[in-house]
Amino acid sequence: MSDIYMDNNATTMVDPAVVEEMMPFFSEQFGNPSSLHSFGNKVGMALKKARKQVQRLIGAEFDSEIIFTSCGSESDSTAILSALRAQPERREIITTVVEHPAVLNLCEYLETEGYTVHYLKVDNKGRLDLDEYKKLLSDKVAVVSIMWANNESGTIFPVEEMAELAHNKGIMFHTDAVQAVGKIPIDLENSYIHMLSMSGHKLHAPKGVGVLYLKRGTRFRPLLRGGHQERGRRAGTENVASIVGLGKACEMAGSHIEFENTHVKAMRDRLQEGILAAVPNCFATGDVENRLPNTASIAFEFIEGEAILLLMNKVGIAASSGSACTSGSLEPSHVMMAMGIPYTAAHGTVRFSLSRYNTMEEVERVIAEVPGIVAKLRKLSPYWGENGPIENPESAFAPVYA
Amino acid sequence: MNKPIYLDYAATTPVDPRVAKAMTECLTLDGNFANPASRSHIYGWQAESAVETARRQVADLIVADTRAIVWTSGATEANNLAIKGAASAHQDKGRHLITSQTEHKAVLDCFAELERQGFEVTYLQPTRQGVITAESLSEALRPDTSLVSLMHVNNELGVVNDIAALGACAKNNGSLFHVDAAQSVGKLPIDVNAMNVDLMSMCAHKIYGPKGIGALYVRRQPPLAIDAQIHGGGHERGMRSGTLPVHQCVGMGTAFEIAAQEMKSEDQRISALTKKFLGLVLDLEGVVLNGSGVKAVPNIANICFQGFESDRLMMVFRELAISSGSACTSASLEPSHVLRAIGMTDDEAHASLRFSFGRFTTEDDIDVAVQSVTEGLAKLKSL
Repeated sequence: MSDIYMDNNATTMVDPAVVEEMMPFFSEQFGNPSSLHSFGNKVGMALKKARKQVQRLIGAEFDSEIIFTSCGSESDSTAILSALRAQPERREIITTVVEHPAVLNLCEYLETEGYTVHYLKVDNKGRLDLDEYKKLLSDKVAVVSIMWANNESGTIFPVEEMAELAHNKGIMFHTDAVQAVGKIPIDLENSYIHMLSMSGHKLHAPKGVGVLYLKRGTRFRPLLRGGHQERGRRAGTENVASIVGLGKACEMAGSHIEFENTHVKAMRDRLQEGILAAVPNCFATGDVENRLPNTASIAFEFIEGEAILLLMNKVGIAASSGSACTSGSLEPSHVMMAMGIPYTAAHGTVRFSLSRYNTMEEVERVIAEVPGIVAKLRKLSPYWGENGPIENPESAFAPVYA
Repeated sequence: MNKPIYLDYAATTPVDPRVAKAMTECLTLDGNFANPASRSHIYGWQAESAVETARRQVADLIVADTRAIVWTSGATEANNLAIKGAASAHQDKGRHLITSQTEHKAVLDCFAELERQGFEVTYLQPTRQGVITAESLSEALRPDTSLVSLMHVNNELGVVNDIAALGACAKNNGSLFHVDAAQSVGKLPIDVNAMNVDLMSMCAHKIYGPKGIGALYVRRQPPLAIDAQIHGGGHERGMRSGTLPVHQCVGMGTAFEIAAQEMKSEDQRISALTKKFLGLVLDLEGVVLNGSGVKAVPNIANICFQGFESDRLMMVFRELAISSGSACTSASLEPSHVLRAIGMTDDEAHASLRFSFGRFTTEDDIDVAVQSVTEGLAKLKSL
């Protein structure tokens, strides 16, 4: 039996058709697109095609609005720092408590530089309070940065509406759409979103390539300097093979959007329903009515997520407890804590993230394995008695440290 | 029309087939595709191990501690991180910086940005051959010089700076020393400690690895702080966030390992080819080698065809894929800033072309190139 990969929000495998598109750009089409000879200019044409393919997937009005970068983190840093440098008189930022570390750690750094950062809170389903947001919009705000969909719970934020509210007040709006692009339809031309970050490796393109969408007319200051590439907006010899791969992956994602929201969604729903029916004391986190079609975040009370993952790993199932970028940390997920999920459940959260390459058969195998793993771990849990959770779990486990 | 002969290895190189093979094994479901930061499953552990092997291969080529290697998206990003990151983190030492007039645009643009932020920058003038001397650096160093950034090998001329001597000057002054080694790594032996280097930029695509990956060497002993340019998940010990592209890291590692094994034999082979090419071409009237008479890498020859324009030369040498300078500035009509800096006139600079050879250049290619240059030049002279 082959292993089951359900950690597609961390990264995806590259589609074999994408690899095939990339291969010629290592060997015969290897030129530097900036070179004037024929080795260079054919490569330039390939970049143009890839730019169009990305443009189509995110519904951008012009292909010149697509800037290729090295990853989602670079796009996020470029976007936010650009907005600040272009408007030095504005010293405030609005974001959320549940952003990816790529945005949160940057904001933390910016606070040490004297900027004021407003972190929007979320309710117990991971939703934002738009009234709180509206009150913060002012001419002191340089940029609003809100993720399109949360990487851990899959919860989708109303970024189009929030962008319009920002636009009406003359404020730049950036969205980290790394998890959303390719999973839900996106139409940037008819939105007030000024900047959007996306990443190749979340949609079956290779790692090491990303995009910053920059709406025409948006003021911009480059982060990486030293070359005319990307119209002077991002220096560095283009990562041609990966960009070509990204283009192909975007084209494929576009033609699978419906599949994602029917078949993949059906697999996800079956997975969640199957686990919730078979395992006591567990629940789905986030806004289950309004989330990415591929993501199910399930909190198993009174046990450790890391232990669940290790036992799942033994039977060939790969999932995760949160963001890969924080997966070395022992702290419970900042996203789960923000939703007010108690420690005893937040620690036991497992994220299953599917892709169009998973099958219903794999889903059934996971449903069959998980209850046994959870029961085994609960036997060892100080919070768990013979017939279920003990009466006062919060005070049950009080180790004495010497 | 047959494809022209590729003599532009200093702009970029094809990926070595051995490298491409190693890379394709890190992409699909049956390969090493996972996120190396995923700690919760075997896919992630294997990806992390592949990245760390590659990191060691990169470190070994420059005789560095593995933990001193920070992955970046290329040499341009490495230069941005080193220069902007060190200048801003070491302002307590001072706000005076030193570089040279013949650096790559990726370096010069970083310094231009720092000047806008109020730093003072001295641009050292090279010798007529294009070399920066330790004497000129010593004269420019001041107590408040926090950073010196000089390239190892010039990308247009191929001439080599004496990094160990320059590094010693910087060190004696307590200034950090950054080296842009994009053109030298894998072609010349490098030992970062022996050469007194604190920061060094490298990339893969000039040495038969893929585009879109590079690394910055950041000295560990004593520890050296630089300010991150890309913030986020805290990858690369906080100096450079972003998911590591496993296939790209593996590609760079493999390319560097091959370079380590084949550096000597390749150097001999390419030296012989270049010697043959220059022996025949420099015999032609009005043809001179720019930056000659000093140590240079064997794979780059910058040649002035006196009295002609590079655009017209490239047209008559149409069997050859060559360039009039750096690929990164090739869209510009300005004469090369490097050739101007070594004292050439605008006309001379406009009459110059760069031929660069590499791993897949054959004797036959050299014969065709010599013939093309000889016939093309005769044609232009007869007009």
